[in-house]
Amino acid sequence: MADQLIEVKNLKQYFNAGKATEVRAIDDISFSIKRGETFGLVGESGCGKSTTGRTMIRLYDATAGQVLYDGVDVHAPKSKKETHDLNRKMQMIFQDPYASLNPRMKVMDIIAEGLDIHGLVKSKKERKERVIELLQTVGLNREHAERFPHEFSGGQRQRIGIARALAVDPEFIIADEPISALDVSIQAQVVNLLKDLQEEKGLTYLFIAHDLSMVKYISDRIGVMYFGKLVEMAPADELYRNPMHAYTKSLLSAIPLPDPIYERSRVRKPYNPNDHQYGPEDQVEFREIAPEHFVLCSEKEFAEMQAARV
Amino acid sequence: MRNEIEHEQLPQEVFERITIESDQAERIEKPSLSFWQDAWLRLRKNKAAIVSMVVLVLLVIMALIGPHLNGHAGDAQNLRHANLPPKVPGIEQMGIMDGVGNLAGKKVDLYEMKKVDEYYWFGTDGLGRDLFTRLWEGTQVSLFIAFVAAAIDMVVGVAYGGISGYFGGRTDDIMQRVVEILIGIPTLIVVILMIMIMKPGITAIIIAISITGWIGMSRIVRAQTLKYKSQEFVLASRTLGSKDSKIITKHLLPNMLGIIIINTMFTIPNAIFFEAFLSFIGIGLQPPAASLGTLINDGYKVMEHQPYVLLFPALVISILMIAFNLIGDGLRDALDPKMKD
Repeated sequence: MADQLIEVKNLKQYFNAGKATEVRAIDDISFSIKRGETFGLVGESGCGKSTTGRTMIRLYDATAGQVLYDGVDVHAPKSKKETHDLNRKMQMIFQDPYASLNPRMKVMDIIAEGLDIHGLVKSKKERKERVIELLQTVGLNREHAERFPHEFSGGQRQRIGIARALAVDPEFIIADEPISALDVSIQAQVVNLLKDLQEEKGLTYLFIAHDLSMVKYISDRIGVMYFGKLVEMAPADELYRNPMHAYTKSLLSAIPLPDPIYERSRVRKPYNPNDHQYGPEDQVEFREIAPEHFVLCSEKEFAEMQAARV
Repeated sequence: MRNEIEHEQLPQEVFERITIESDQAERIEKPSLSFWQDAWLRLRKNKAAIVSMVVLVLLVIMALIGPHLNGHAGDAQNLRHANLPPKVPGIEQMGIMDGVGNLAGKKVDLYEMKKVDEYYWFGTDGLGRDLFTRLWEGTQVSLFIAFVAAAIDMVVGVAYGGISGYFGGRTDDIMQRVVEILIGIPTLIVVILMIMIMKPGITAIIIAISITGWIGMSRIVRAQTLKYKSQEFVLASRTLGSKDSKIITKHLLPNMLGIIIINTMFTIPNAIFFEAFLSFIGIGLQPPAASLGTLINDGYKVMEHQPYVLLFPALVISILMIAFNLIGDGLRDALDPKMKD
């Protein structure tokens, strides 16, 4: 499977492990992302989406499991050079554009931070040119380089954040709810920018969000998370056409549409984890129900779902 | 309806098609201001802070040049010139500072009586030392002690709080328990013990003030570090591969600088006051060295008959305290507008 850029295997992230306050933020999830594709991760607040992203890029040390980047274990001890290379290949775009830029630094220095750390530019002049080039890539212009973050709007700031991530020429970008803090008109701007960049540079994205319509728009495949577990994973269209897991159905039923006739008949399906009625003998695991379409279910549910599909 | 009609009557020629160039669309008209320029704009509007700054600069200049202004040495004793009231050339004609003092209930020109030709601007003390010279020497010593103590507080407090907050975990636990023990001991007791084992003097007082003085700063810096280290811009820097030292110097410290400065501005008057207090109760500077505290102590003993001995050092210390506090307030409003009230 050479085309798998990222493989996450049985990743676990427990906070306060072993104590009474233990939180299982990520509880045994596995998925992989192909080179050049966008993998969307959706779920409600606090289900562990952001933690997954942060653990993958080593902002947290994983409790157990592996994250393989191009076959290299991200969490294994590495030499300085290997760590350095990995830092260049994986980058992250953050959720809150108001908190993700240092208020005391000029845009020039914010974007050039990666260039400086990795020694990608040789002279001051080259540094400036590269920063201006990056600013233009994200639709800002050269005079913005000398300004401070507080002078920009949310969308502009988010684009500066994207420029900072792009500065080191990454292959893989974790976009941690990059649009949830922006208003709708600006969301499209940022998402389209991300799409264009992907085409241009062949980037691979992990797109974390809770806005389902936006995720559908940008993602090739989507994983649905619920309380630290991946409950369903399928190609974007398949997931929207044939949601299998009860939680996914509930989530999809919550999308409002600007269509009054549809809205009048829209019924929200509540989700109650107890409805599964898993017994102790049930093997609840990730099962492939259709090609590429995985659902977390028991043997019995698996049979039912397959029957329902046909 | 009327609008519609008017609309139709508008001729085509009055409309002009404008195009927005894409690089003009994102233009920001406002001039770019750095954090410090912005703070200065706000500080400038605060009259009290600006006046205080001017007063403070004047006091510092006087503390530096004052002792050399009138040719009297601060420690030169001249018993024949003892207990003279203030006398200033020029102002003496106005009926104040004219060398007239109380002698056995009567107003007498003591300079004439003792046949003193020189002028002592702020009078002399019981040993005939010039109080003007001593006042500025004392101010110099007090300011020196305050600045050094504040600098030590700042360096130790920032380092301790920064390390404790940044590395967290067990390091933080141990360091915070140490602080709690230190803060549990009353400062005055620590200071008195320190001064008992050391020779009283400037060094002893500076050490005594600094030994527990940094705790406040360390707590503030620790809280700030905790706040900033999980901010997304620090995480972003970490994903780019920054070293800890880079994160601390480029991301954490610049953001904390405002609060550190504000806190130092409030430490200085406290140190001045504490030094004066120690000298006043007699465990500070020892004679013949002068500080505002020892001068006030001297003055308070003769307050009834020679109030001028107390008046001038008391005035200077009050002005210093008020000026520092007003500047501190102004800086707080300027550097941290969100923290207001």
